[in-house]
Amino acid sequence: MIAIINYNAGNITSVARALQNIGQEFIITDDIKKLDAASHVIFPGVGAAGEAMAYLREKKIDLWLKNYIKTGKPLLGICLGTQIILDYSEENDTKCIGLVAGSTKRFPDKLTSGGQALKIPHMGWNSVTFHHSHPVFQNISPDAEFYFVHSYYPAPSDDSAVLGITDYGINFCSVLAVNNLVAMQFHPEKSGRPGLQILRNFCAWGGNA
Amino acid sequence: MLSKRIIPCLDVRDGRLTKGIKFKDNVDIGDPVEAAREYYEQGADEIVFYDITASSDKRDIMIDVVRRVAETIFIPFSVGGGIRNLEDMRKVILAGAEKVSVNSAAVNEPEIITQGAKAFGSQCIVLGMDVKKVDVSGKIPSGYEIVIHGGRKFTGIDALWWAKEAERLGAGEICLNSIDADGTQNGYELTLTALISENVRIPVIASGGAGKPEHLAEVLTKGNADAALIASMVHYRTYTIAEIKQYLKEKQIQTRMLW
Repeated sequence: MIAIINYNAGNITSVARALQNIGQEFIITDDIKKLDAASHVIFPGVGAAGEAMAYLREKKIDLWLKNYIKTGKPLLGICLGTQIILDYSEENDTKCIGLVAGSTKRFPDKLTSGGQALKIPHMGWNSVTFHHSHPVFQNISPDAEFYFVHSYYPAPSDDSAVLGITDYGINFCSVLAVNNLVAMQFHPEKSGRPGLQILRNFCAWGGNA
Repeated sequence: MLSKRIIPCLDVRDGRLTKGIKFKDNVDIGDPVEAAREYYEQGADEIVFYDITASSDKRDIMIDVVRRVAETIFIPFSVGGGIRNLEDMRKVILAGAEKVSVNSAAVNEPEIITQGAKAFGSQCIVLGMDVKKVDVSGKIPSGYEIVIHGGRKFTGIDALWWAKEAERLGAGEICLNSIDADGTQNGYELTLTALISENVRIPVIASGGAGKPEHLAEVLTKGNADAALIASMVHYRTYTIAEIKQYLKEKQIQTRMLW
């Protein structure tokens, strides 16, 4: 059973609709007892780090995730769900879950590319350069683009956690992967066919990278 | 690097498209959900819906349309028209839209931008601006004035000031429509687009005047727009989105080419 963690962070329904479209059954819950039954967990999220962490602590989901990740079962982070698995986020000066060492940083104020000032948020379609292959990104063309919308980005302290990088004035870590965890800054549920393929791959993944 | 976005705009009244769009076999599509699917297949990067339903008791029809669109396409889409308060925003977002756009409501009551950004995040709140070129004056130093009610009512608000103010209030994006260019198919208002886009730090979608792929190339380079809104040129199937993107590629303008 796939479980989508429900917390006070916006559009959970778009992930649910994408799973429906690929014919995958799932539950949406913030109850750790129900989460225990999951074979795969999706940790989505749109919103701010501070409020999200407060909600997760109240529901004890932060501690639950720390134990879950030790079971070796697959975990997928999306957007805010990727940022707050690190130790710390500059957004609202927030202590986060700490599944992966590192922090979430804000894009520099003066971001430029080829002399052009870049907008914040980083909003729209961008590509990912992968450092190596990964089961969750099987059958994804290197030319595929994904939908991003964010002002903060994940910065794991260990380079080996970085699976893919994206260029937006700076090269930032847009996909990170450690053992049974894979987490991305973009929204696979809003990234057309390549995005749906990532979700399909994740649901079929046993957790071994 | 980030691609420029191509965004078809669909006008909806009482749950149907106001003008049908042409399908491959030249059959008109009147159902907004089928039209959204067609553009998703053609490579649209996002879709904008404008609900021009007049009577308030029919407005829930649009919520049902939004729900069905969200089940059908897996790219972002926004809904504008008739969004007056937080509750209107909530309904549309919960039904599955990524973004809501506010236009006259924000002119009348600017706090709606801040309220929406606080409740749903800035990335959800698009400011729609309808703009007309006027004489430069003390009141309108940029020479562009905000108009509402489909361009019939002048507001006395300077467009450049309003764009910056909306950013300060928490808008995540601006959809900038030139009333002078709208419907002409003679090209976007490049001066206006560059003026606004270069003076705010949030993305700007250019709107009004698109008639051929060259117009998009101009507005995405000279106009410095982050995205281009299109309507008739694809609705009547004069061009497909894929053809437009191919043209832009030849002009070295990066858009998403794989979908």
